Amino acid sequence: MVISNGERATGIIINLILIFVGVISIFPLLFVVSMSLTPYGEVIKNGGFLVIPRSVTFEAYNYLFQTSELPRSMLVSLFTATVGTAINLLLTVLGAFPLSRRGLQGRGIILFLIVFTMLFSGGIVPTYLLVKSLGMLNTVWALIVPSAVATYNLLIMKTFFEGLPEELFESARIDGAGEWTILSRLVIPLSVPSLLTIGLFYAVANWNNFFSAVLYITDPNLNPLQIVVRKLLLTSNSLENVMEVVVPTPTLQMAAVIVASLPVLIVYPFIQKHFTKGVLIGAIKG
Amino acid sequence: MTAWRKNKVYYMMLFPLVAWYILFKYVPMYGVIISFKDYNILAGISGSDWADPWYKYFEMLFKSPYFSQLLTNTLLISCYKLIFGMAPSIILAILLNESRSVRLKRWVQTLSYMPHFLSWVIVYGIAVAFLSETTGLINRWLGDLGYDAISFLSAPEWFRSVLVGTDVWKDLGWGAIIYLAAIAGIDPSLYEAAMMDGAGRLRRMWSITLPGIANVIVLLLILKLGYIMDAGFDQIFIFYNVRVYSVGDIIDTWVYRTGLEQLNFSLAAAVGLFKSVIGMALVLTANKIARRWGGGIW
Repeated sequence: MVISNGERATGIIINLILIFVGVISIFPLLFVVSMSLTPYGEVIKNGGFLVIPRSVTFEAYNYLFQTSELPRSMLVSLFTATVGTAINLLLTVLGAFPLSRRGLQGRGIILFLIVFTMLFSGGIVPTYLLVKSLGMLNTVWALIVPSAVATYNLLIMKTFFEGLPEELFESARIDGAGEWTILSRLVIPLSVPSLLTIGLFYAVANWNNFFSAVLYITDPNLNPLQIVVRKLLLTSNSLENVMEVVVPTPTLQMAAVIVASLPVLIVYPFIQKHFTKGVLIGAIKG
Repeated sequence: MTAWRKNKVYYMMLFPLVAWYILFKYVPMYGVIISFKDYNILAGISGSDWADPWYKYFEMLFKSPYFSQLLTNTLLISCYKLIFGMAPSIILAILLNESRSVRLKRWVQTLSYMPHFLSWVIVYGIAVAFLSETTGLINRWLGDLGYDAISFLSAPEWFRSVLVGTDVWKDLGWGAIIYLAAIAGIDPSLYEAAMMDGAGRLRRMWSITLPGIANVIVLLLILKLGYIMDAGFDQIFIFYNVRVYSVGDIIDTWVYRTGLEQLNFSLAAAVGLFKSVIGMALVLTANKIARRWGGGIW
């Protein structure tokens, strides 16, 4: 088939627009990286626009890790991203497996009550009062337990388990395997990619969690990373002129942004392989 | 007998999940009754006296001059995000589908899905890098060109645009996923027939791809309208400051300040309940309408 010049031009324009979309998606982050690595004097000399810094300094990162606040908040965030995710997965898998079995009595009503929580919630204040009465305020558990299950992830997991072949389970039962054995020896090994995806979804959500900390944490020692980075971003940029600071505030702020986003950026390629599938399963009626 | 035993094991597995839902989802639903009481921290939820009249806090809410502003802000910010967010994602999906270069396509997908996973604090940091009045890149450019700096992040006339702009940037690619899937479902013979008839690329995008996903577009629009009361607490809480309350304060941020900062629990819970009820009604209506388009969440 002959491709006309007009068609070819359209093709080129389409690709150019796509390249533009790719660039605007990544450029802001690259700019932040370069700002965090460039000595501030050079940033100003170049009119603030630098993508590839000519000289590199790690003093902002050094300074951040020498303060007590940032490393401690990283530990809090690491704890929620590891222990929190383990709890997320445990509850989600243990619940999704029986809910995926058609033989379960009362399955319909339990599912209805779970989906209903997506429609109606008690709201911020009653949940806060509950967490308070459980004595969880200003504990690291307030960052984990109230958000231990994401209904959306639970439904994706359930849909996935429903797709596993029932005959396999039947033959295991004939061999005398109980349901716990089926779950641990068959279901979990067969679902490694989905477990990884859901686990990474949870881990990213835990690492990025801001809401729970705003509501439940007032003790500065327990602030997760997102809170500390936001506080740093709110310090006035003009302070640098008044105070003798080791590292200029803008450089410090950008370094903090990078520290907070790096783990997500490292994990992202692994999630990216699988998530489209997960998103689409969720989009189909649950 | 074995069926019963199997069920017993299933219930044991389900126990932690069900217990969690009861404690963290259903107990707060009961806690909503404090919006009909004069909540007293010492007396607790059940010990507090009933408000007199029982709708006291709702009356306070509806009579407050600030209420209409909160509602306007919430709805406007949601609607702007909806309108300005959907169109670019649809266009991106159509263009991705048209590109002949598989590698370019994959790269653009990888890059454009990425911002979805960044937290709002990080997006705010990026916004500061570009928009800060004193050190932001754009203001430095404006300065070089001889213009005055614009306080994008704290000027009421710019605030909503910043919210919508950053939201569009964050979810442009992510939003395209569902349209891409819909496009993949279009019958390829339609394209072949159109090519035979001499339809060019633009023509095919306009007359085959777009009508082919029109159902999905309408469906998503309706479903998203159902969530219009959620304008995005995290984003707004992180971006806003006192100077932009007039245009940026939404129901959720106001509930947070009234309840948790000013400790006016009953009033804040009443507003939260108002929002939940309207939200639920909207989602149910949206779903009912969406069913006519052959979809819906359930």
